Order: sequence, then structure tokens, then C-alpha cells
Amino acid sequence: MAEHVIKLPDVGEGIAEAELVEWSVKVGDIVREDAVLGAVMTDKATVEIPSPVEGKITWLGAEIGDTVAIGSPIVKIEVAGETTSPARDGDSPAQTPKAASAAAPAEPQPTAPAKDHSVEVKAVQQVAGSSTAAKPRPGPTAGYGPPRPEGEKPLASPAVRLRATEAGIDLRQVPGTGPAGRITHADIEAFVARGPQAPAGAGLRRREGVEQVKVVGLRRKIAEKMALAKSRIAHITYVEEIDVTAVEELRAKLNAEKKPDRPKVTLLPFLMRAMVKALGEQSSMNATFDDDAGVINRHAAIHIGIATQTPSGLVVPVVRHAEARDLFDCATEMLRLAEAARNGTATREEMGGSTITITSLGAMGGVSTTPVVNYPEVAIVGVNKMMVRPVWDGTQFIPRKMMNLSSSFDHRVIDGWDAAVFVQRLKTLLETPALIFLEG
Amino acid sequence: MKDIVCKLLVIGAGPGGYVCAIRAGQLGVDTVIVEKSKPGGTCLNIGCIPSKALIHAADEFLKARHFADGTDPLGITLASPSIDLKKTVAWKDRIVGRLTMGVSGLLKKAGVKTVQGTARFRDGKTVAVETETGEQIIRAETIVIATGSAPVELPFLPFGGPVISSTEALSPAEIPESLAVVGGGYIGLELGTAFAKLGSRVTVVEAMPRILPLWDAELTRSVLKRLEALGVTVLTETKARGLVSGAAALSIERADGTEGRVDAEKVLVTVGRRPVVEDWGLEEIDLDRDGRFIRIDDQCRTSMRGIYAIGDVTGEPMLAHRAMAQGEMVAEIVAGKTRSWDKRAIPAVCFTDPEIVSVGLSPEEARKAGREIKIGQFPFTANGRAMTLQGEDGFVRVVAKADDHVVLGIQAVGAGVSELSATFSLAIEMGARLEDISGTIHAHPTMSEGFAEAALKALGHAIHI
Repeated sequence: MAEHVIKLPDVGEGIAEAELVEWSVKVGDIVREDAVLGAVMTDKATVEIPSPVEGKITWLGAEIGDTVAIGSPIVKIEVAGETTSPARDGDSPAQTPKAASAAAPAEPQPTAPAKDHSVEVKAVQQVAGSSTAAKPRPGPTAGYGPPRPEGEKPLASPAVRLRATEAGIDLRQVPGTGPAGRITHADIEAFVARGPQAPAGAGLRRREGVEQVKVVGLRRKIAEKMALAKSRIAHITYVEEIDVTAVEELRAKLNAEKKPDRPKVTLLPFLMRAMVKALGEQSSMNATFDDDAGVINRHAAIHIGIATQTPSGLVVPVVRHAEARDLFDCATEMLRLAEAARNGTATREEMGGSTITITSLGAMGGVSTTPVVNYPEVAIVGVNKMMVRPVWDGTQFIPRKMMNLSSSFDHRVIDGWDAAVFVQRLKTLLETPALIFLEG
Repeated sequence: MKDIVCKLLVIGAGPGGYVCAIRAGQLGVDTVIVEKSKPGGTCLNIGCIPSKALIHAADEFLKARHFADGTDPLGITLASPSIDLKKTVAWKDRIVGRLTMGVSGLLKKAGVKTVQGTARFRDGKTVAVETETGEQIIRAETIVIATGSAPVELPFLPFGGPVISSTEALSPAEIPESLAVVGGGYIGLELGTAFAKLGSRVTVVEAMPRILPLWDAELTRSVLKRLEALGVTVLTETKARGLVSGAAALSIERADGTEGRVDAEKVLVTVGRRPVVEDWGLEEIDLDRDGRFIRIDDQCRTSMRGIYAIGDVTGEPMLAHRAMAQGEMVAEIVAGKTRSWDKRAIPAVCFTDPEIVSVGLSPEEARKAGREIKIGQFPFTANGRAMTLQGEDGFVRVVAKADDHVVLGIQAVGAGVSELSATFSLAIEMGARLEDISGTIHAHPTMSEGFAEAALKALGHAIHI
């Protein structure tokens, strides 16, 4: 047996520390080589830490939310078959055989027969190190076997299978502690005791307990940003409906006659171009409000942030200099950024510095929303769901493709009238899309 | 006749149907079972049980013949034996009678009502039964189809006259001087062997390259050897063509296209069994099919809600113990319990001489499934008990996963190894590893020691070879 110490790898770009955001394993787990141990997050990306060896986790060196320096040890894995001394890393507990033999009887003996050397050393440290030796330590019975390969039938006796079936337990979800990962009656009991998963089909039943989820990483950043925006900005939201039939027809034609090197165009590039046009007439909207200094910075460049949902949460990649991009350029850049943001490959520059923001949930966009202004900006344009609605044309109802825009403004520096003028201008431009492309 | 209304109706009282009905009765389900002939189905009446009786009688007779002709090494001698076949058949019939009576009693004890007659679906909830006293309508919430299977007939060798199925072969009036067995599967070989032991000149005609195609060549080698010793001619890659008119013979076509004839006072056709899917109104309820069979899911549910199917009518392997397990499961589902088919293996036993047992995966099947395996094989020539039973031919073979030693399959061939199927099945069903088997004390002297030795062999340290 040997102990393998895993240090936080250099996650690149001169970063000196990273925040631990996830543990995929816990002490006592058996991991295969290349299994993911956990994940750390830097300012821009989440990086998974793979296990370089197969073995048993004996120590985790950080709590979720901790900031860890690059190069510091974070995981210790006990590896079978190697003979390297566990003491090669300075931080391993000093061991004397005398202490081991003296202290071992004091340690409550776990029931499992296999008890290896390294675990004992650790136990000694607990006894010798403090009076809190009674601190619960995961017993070997609580350990999980190696993960069961896909498609493998769980190994369990007919009696165990029957019990699981009657309790509505999917045996594929139950870790087996028996030989070769066989699921025992004790495993079922442990699974039931541990699992928050209520037995399926057992009718309604009360649930107790609270799951504590630590707010870390991107979630914490989003929380801070939202709290700042809501506490400082006096929001006003203005909702208007837009007839997008014409722009949709145009969009469909463009996509039908699309050249291979051109991207498929969605509605957003049209909105971006319309915003560029409208902002040219209302520069007060394309601004950031430095409220501490009491200064409004009106920007010549139009950097449009696109609120994007990623697996880890909301991010806002920025299409820079939208005023200098045509429709297709806007579309291409937006697609590239959304992809980069979802993959976590976007650079820091690409993820910040916007002067105005668009938020769109597409088909999930609802009828209207109350977007939160992307502080310190002063305006955000929210796109709602497009749907065919009956519209009275003076003589009859006709079906038109309608879409609402729900736009919020910082009422400290934007008056309601100006907000309305801006949105009405967007409406005019989008309803008669030729106007978007007129010069001047 | 007044309509019967019940919760569960089982159609067919074979091993699947009667087990289903008894279990349902035990669980307090209001159950009716319909059977057109005697309870017990193919298994008790014209299958497993009578064939084993006949095989036993043939074994005993052969032993006596060997004692008489001095070829047996035990030193027992007697005058030339004879067999009164009428008495043999009567003895067999008494066994069958006791068992079918037993089933009737068990059904009654479980509170199941038995209706004698031929059932026919009216719709998914209603069945009309043609009884001796008229038509009986039964309306049921749930219906289980357990209609079983029947021997396949060859168009050029229709049953009748000298051409017989396994049913007729099990109640022979006399021992035919010559017998041609068409189809070298387990039914044909079990019966063919028995007739050879009773004195018939037996020829097995098999179209495939080898007999018992469901078992691997290693397992069937001992059987072939024994057939040869018994004077049975085995013609593989040979097709039966029909009866030779005017002569007690079967015309055949060999692999090279040449024709020939085989002496055959009787021709036993055992080319497989087909599900019984006609004459009970399948067309009225239009269930999904799986080839010739009725399609079922892992709870034996058919494509129509409230209708289950179990046993041979649902597919291979057509084995009584599969049907029984399905029947038990369905009864429990009908009684409101949560159940699904979770068996790891269905043992298959071939009562040839010597017997063959296979549970789980063969080495070839395991490799085909992409498994890294270890194999351990132990011959009965190294087993003391096998020697004392004059049954040294054969072996036990264990197939296990190479990494964690979980046993995937166990096969054996040898005298009386059918009884070892219990421990083989238990090992696989419990998820045993090689170490579990080798670590279990197997009584000495028994043939089961071969099982532990095979596991040890796979682990690389067998003691007795």
C-alpha cells in the first residue's frame, strides 16, 4: 500500500489559486484511474481534477468554497501494490510502531475484516492528535465499491432483489459492498437510511430534512451581482408588443438563400442592429452609471452583452463594437461567444465590458419579464416568446407573429419618457425592418 | 349456464398455468383455471415426467441385459431379462396419474375453481369455454394465457401410422425393431436413447452438422460416444425426405445430395415445438407477436392491458421451470405485488446418457458478449464417486469473469448431473464468485466435488488434477 498525494494542478494562465467548487468523491471511496475527483473554478472556467491512479480516497484537503493555492495537496489516495513509503510527503503523519500498537485497541474496531495499514496510521493520528478521537469516521461498511460499469446487471441474491423490488429500490443505484460489488441486505438498509430518494410508487409521504447547498463559484458571483443591481438601481420596466411578421419573413428568406459561409440568422442580430440604430439617436441609453462618483459614462462604442444560460449558471458574453458589425457579423460573433461561454473557453475580455445587454430565453421567454439591469449599465432589453396572435387591422382579425419586449432601465438616470421613446423606436425599426438597414 | 365472474382466469393448466393459479389462490385472488384435458399440461402428461419414467425403465432394462450378457464388470449375472412393456407403461401412467391428481388437489386446496373444457376469447375480458355440458362464459378482470406448445409436424411426414410424435413414443405398445428419429435435439435423443436401450435399432437423422446444437461440442462429445456404444447410428447433415412406400423405411438425403434409406418400423419426429396460438381466439384480441410467439414484457404483460402470457407460448427456452417461475410472478403481480423478471439464469437439462446441464453462459457465449473469462474444467475420471457409479465420463466446467471471478456460467456432462443443476443455479443466482464455490465444503465422496474442483481449477490450484 502506498499513499498518493494529488496536488492542485496548474489550471493555466498564471492563476495562483482556485476555488474548490465540487467534490465528486468522499473519504473511503474507491476510484478508478481518470475518475473525476472534484472541480475547481477560476475567474473564468471550471476545471475538473482527474485521478491519476486507482485507489481509495483517504483524505480530502479542502472544503467546498475554499480557495486553494496551486500546488497544494488536496487529495490523498491509497494505492494498492506500490511499495513507496507513505512518508515521502512531509505532511504524512509521523508513525511509530509503538504508538500504533498502543493506540489501536482504543479505536473502536469496525466490523469489516479488511483493515489495512494506512487506515490504522490515520486512526493513530486521530487518537494522539486530540481528544476528539470519537469524531465519526466513515466505517468500511459505508464505503462504496468501485463504480459499476454501464449496462452491468447488479449482483445481488434473489432475496435482496425481492426486497429491493418491494421497496421500490432500483438496485442499479445501490452501491454494493460485498465481494465483486455484490449488494447485501446491509447495503439496502444503508441505501434506504441514506437516500433522500423516496421509494417510487409508495404513495405520498412526508419528507424531512434540509439539504444545504453551499453557494460557491459562479452562483456566488451571480448572487453578488444581482444583489448589487437590485440594491442600487431603481428599476422601471416597460413592456411593448412588436409585430415581427415582416422581420420574420425577411429572416426566413435570408436563411433559405443562405451562403455556406454565412451563419443562420436568428431574431437577435436584427434586434442588435435595431438597438445600434436607436442608440445612435439616444446615447443616454448606452451608458454606465458610476454611482459612487456620481458620473454617467456615455460610450461611443456599443458593446452588447448577451445573457446566456450555461450548465453552471448565467453568464454574459459580450459582442464588442456592434456598431461596426453588420447583421451576419453580429450573428456569427454571437454564436461563437455563446458556444465559448457554454464550453467555458471564453476569455475574460469576452465576458465583460458590455454597455447594454439583451436577455432572451427563446421559447421559454414568456409573455413578459422584469429583467434586472446589468449593473453598472442603465438599460437591458428583454425578449419574450414569439407567438401568432389575432390582430385587429380595422376590419378583421388577422394572424400576426407577435413578440413582446420587456425592457428595464435605471430610473435614476433614465426617465420613463426616454425609456418609452427608446422602445417605441425599436418597435418601429423591427416592424419595418428595411429601416434598420437605411443609412443615416 | 350462469356466467362466472372472477378476478383471474388462467387458460391452460400446464406447469405455468397451474402454478400461477395456485399462487394466486394462496394470495386470496378469486381464480378460475380452464383446462381442456388433464391438469399438468405437456410436462406431466406427455413430456418431462413420462419421458423420465421411460428413460429410467430403459436404463434398468439395459443394466439387466448387461448383467445377463456378462459385459458388466460388477460380477452380477442373471438369466436373459425380458420386459413387459404394458406393465412399464402402466407404471409410468400411475406416476402421471398421481401427479395430475396431486395438481388437482393443490388447485382445490388453494381455492381455485377448475373448469374442464376448451376456452375461446370473446374479447379481452370474456372467454367462452366449451364444456361437456355446454358453453360456459367466464368474465375476468385479468386473464393469463398459458396454452403451451405442441410438437411440430413435418409436411412430408405427417403424424399417423408409423410416424409418431413424442406423445405416442411415450406410450409404446411394443418396442419397434427399428426406429428412425428425425431431429437430433434433446427430445429426440432422450427418447431415441431409451428405445435403443430397450432393444430398438435406432438411427438419428439430423439436418444440422451436429446433434444437440444448443450445447457446445465439448459437452455433447460424451453423449455421442455413448450413442455409438449403444449402437445408435447418428446421421448429421442428413435430411429426412419421407416414408418409403411399401417398406418400413425412411428415405433420406445426405449432405452430398445422394439419397438413401433408413430402416424404420417407426419414425419419431422431434423437430421442435411450436407455440399453441390457434383455436383459442387469439384473432379476437389481436395481441402483438414476437415471431410465432406472443410478445411479453418483463412482467409477462402482453400488448393488451389485463392479459398476461406465460410459458412456451411466449418463447424460448420452452421449459417447464421457466413457465412455473413466470406463473408465480404473474400471480403475485395480479395480487398487487411489485414483481418483474429478474432471473440471472434458467438452467437447461438434457436427460440423455450421460446427462447434460447448462446454467448461464457457455465459454463461447461469454466471449461473444465481450467478456474476459477464466474457465475451470474438472473431469469425472478424477472423481471417486463417479468411478464407483460407473459414470466416469464427463466433466464440470465453470466460466467466470476474469477480473472479479463472478461466475457467469456452469456446465456439466455426466451420469446424474441433472441433480447438480440446483447448486449451479444457486451459485449463479446468488452472484457467487469462484472463491465462494471453492470455499464451500462439498461432501465427499460425491460428484459435486467436481464443482468445487472446477472452481479451484479456474483459480489455478485444483487439488485433484
